[in-house]
Amino acid sequence: MTATGFSSGRAGGAGRTGPRMRGRDVAAGWLFAAPALIVYAMFVLYPLCVAVQYSLYEWNGIGPATWVGLDNYKNILTEPERLAPIRNAFVLIIFFTVLPVTAGLALASLIKVIQNPVFASAARTMLFLPQIIPLVAAGIGWSWMYAQTGLVNQALDVVGLGSLTRPWLGDFDFALPAVGLIGTWVLTGLCTVLLLTAIGKIDPALYESVRLDGGNWYHEFRAVTLPSVRKEIGVLVTINTIAALASFDIIMTTTGGGPGRETMVPGVEIYRLGFGEREIGLASALGVVLMLLVLAVILPLHRVFQERP
Amino acid sequence: MITNRWEAVLGRVVLGFALVSTLLPLLSMLSAALQPQGTIPVGLRWPSEPHWENFADAFRVARLADLLVSSLLIEIVVVPVALAFATLAGFALARLNPPASRVVVVLLLLGLTMPFESIVTPLYYQMQSMGLLNTRWAIILPLIGLYMPFGVIWMRAHFLGVPRELSEAARVDGAGYWRELRDIQLPLAGPSLSALAILLFLWTWNQYLLAIVLVDDPLQRTMAGALGAFQGRYGTDVVLLSAGTLLIIAPTIVVFVIFQRHFIRALLQGAVKG
Repeated sequence: MTATGFSSGRAGGAGRTGPRMRGRDVAAGWLFAAPALIVYAMFVLYPLCVAVQYSLYEWNGIGPATWVGLDNYKNILTEPERLAPIRNAFVLIIFFTVLPVTAGLALASLIKVIQNPVFASAARTMLFLPQIIPLVAAGIGWSWMYAQTGLVNQALDVVGLGSLTRPWLGDFDFALPAVGLIGTWVLTGLCTVLLLTAIGKIDPALYESVRLDGGNWYHEFRAVTLPSVRKEIGVLVTINTIAALASFDIIMTTTGGGPGRETMVPGVEIYRLGFGEREIGLASALGVVLMLLVLAVILPLHRVFQERP
Repeated sequence: MITNRWEAVLGRVVLGFALVSTLLPLLSMLSAALQPQGTIPVGLRWPSEPHWENFADAFRVARLADLLVSSLLIEIVVVPVALAFATLAGFALARLNPPASRVVVVLLLLGLTMPFESIVTPLYYQMQSMGLLNTRWAIILPLIGLYMPFGVIWMRAHFLGVPRELSEAARVDGAGYWRELRDIQLPLAGPSLSALAILLFLWTWNQYLLAIVLVDDPLQRTMAGALGAFQGRYGTDVVLLSAGTLLIIAPTIVVFVIFQRHFIRALLQGAVKG
């Protein structure tokens, strides 16, 4: 007791919130932080600076590099063909963010509490499976689902919609929604379970009072659930939107960006430019653009969800 | 909890639909994996004679045992080293005063949202000049660096949440940072550390982009990278590809089902803190 009283008094005197830093401590602090900061600088910050440098050159990875200034950026941001991947990434936000969060909210607020604990645990485990397996496996599994003889077409045949069957991932109109729905499949479980956990913490008395006032499921949802899980929705919107803009694994293992460039996204385009076309400058510039794009979308979102209602 | 009957039924139906659609792709792969090799299977049909031996064939051609070893070799370096670095730095940043610590945190936040694709091209040439291309180090070193933003911020949040009285008592007893961290903080950090370990393990196991770019040999890759190579080779053979894919993801699923409570807690916390 005396010890705590003594030291907090001293901290107060120093005008700080914590114990006073001594010179030796500051040195030790930086020493502790050094390994993390060094690997971070070497393998993240340094390559990031190199990416900015590469992005100002035209280079095939072997021969001499030619300074082109901002031409690579101009190319990416003005050529319609180069803009397609960025546009597709924004379309994917519908499938990676809007659909899973909406579905998760609907599911979680309907289920709210699963009474049977064994079933509750089994349901959580199953819903979480897509989150555990590699996206590559999800891509392989869904390529098979969407194949000509796959389950999707089989199901359409069974319900008498055989005329709609097609190889979905090879279809110019349906390939992008089809790969998008794989993202929905992967992310809905995470959204549902996270929101279920959040809803589980809400005081049941709040729901009781809505019911006693004659409210139904929708009233509960508007008055109690939605305001209480605002923070969780913000979190899910943020991570799912990053997953959409930076998607790579799912597209790479299902369509590789095709047919044509219908499902091309920035991640796969960077891979194609950097390691297929040997356009190192363009690939690096697109990488920088992608990073800034993520920040430009995430920061305003963050602000919206941080605000107190 | 007051609910009317209609809502309870609707809830059950919707949940049932969600569960079935979650499992269908996996069941469809299982059904394909049990068909005779060399045939073109149909979406979902239990075979009259399930060909379980397809799994043995896939195990052999995918060289699953070697793949497991390769992934584990990567994991046993990445996870402990990243945990140690993140703990030390997280602790230091929780103690150091602003503005210095704030500058570092902002620098780390930049890396937190940065897609790996943004630096994969320069990383290739960096690894080439270090002579590490096509070795496991080409995956290990960048991954440790890329995990630092999340790991350090995670551990810093943990240390900031520890009651101040504990560390003040240690300081008054004359303990330096090292003794405070080792004797007082670490024994309390178990849950945060184990959750972080689970996340790092899973992210490494499932890392695909770095593996396919930086390492050509599937036997030197992570599990996801190896699965990508397997798909490249057997992509047209749906039976063998399905069997191989199920085998490759089986260890993850088994470990997940055993430790599901820890996994789910880690992933949920990871989402919220990330």
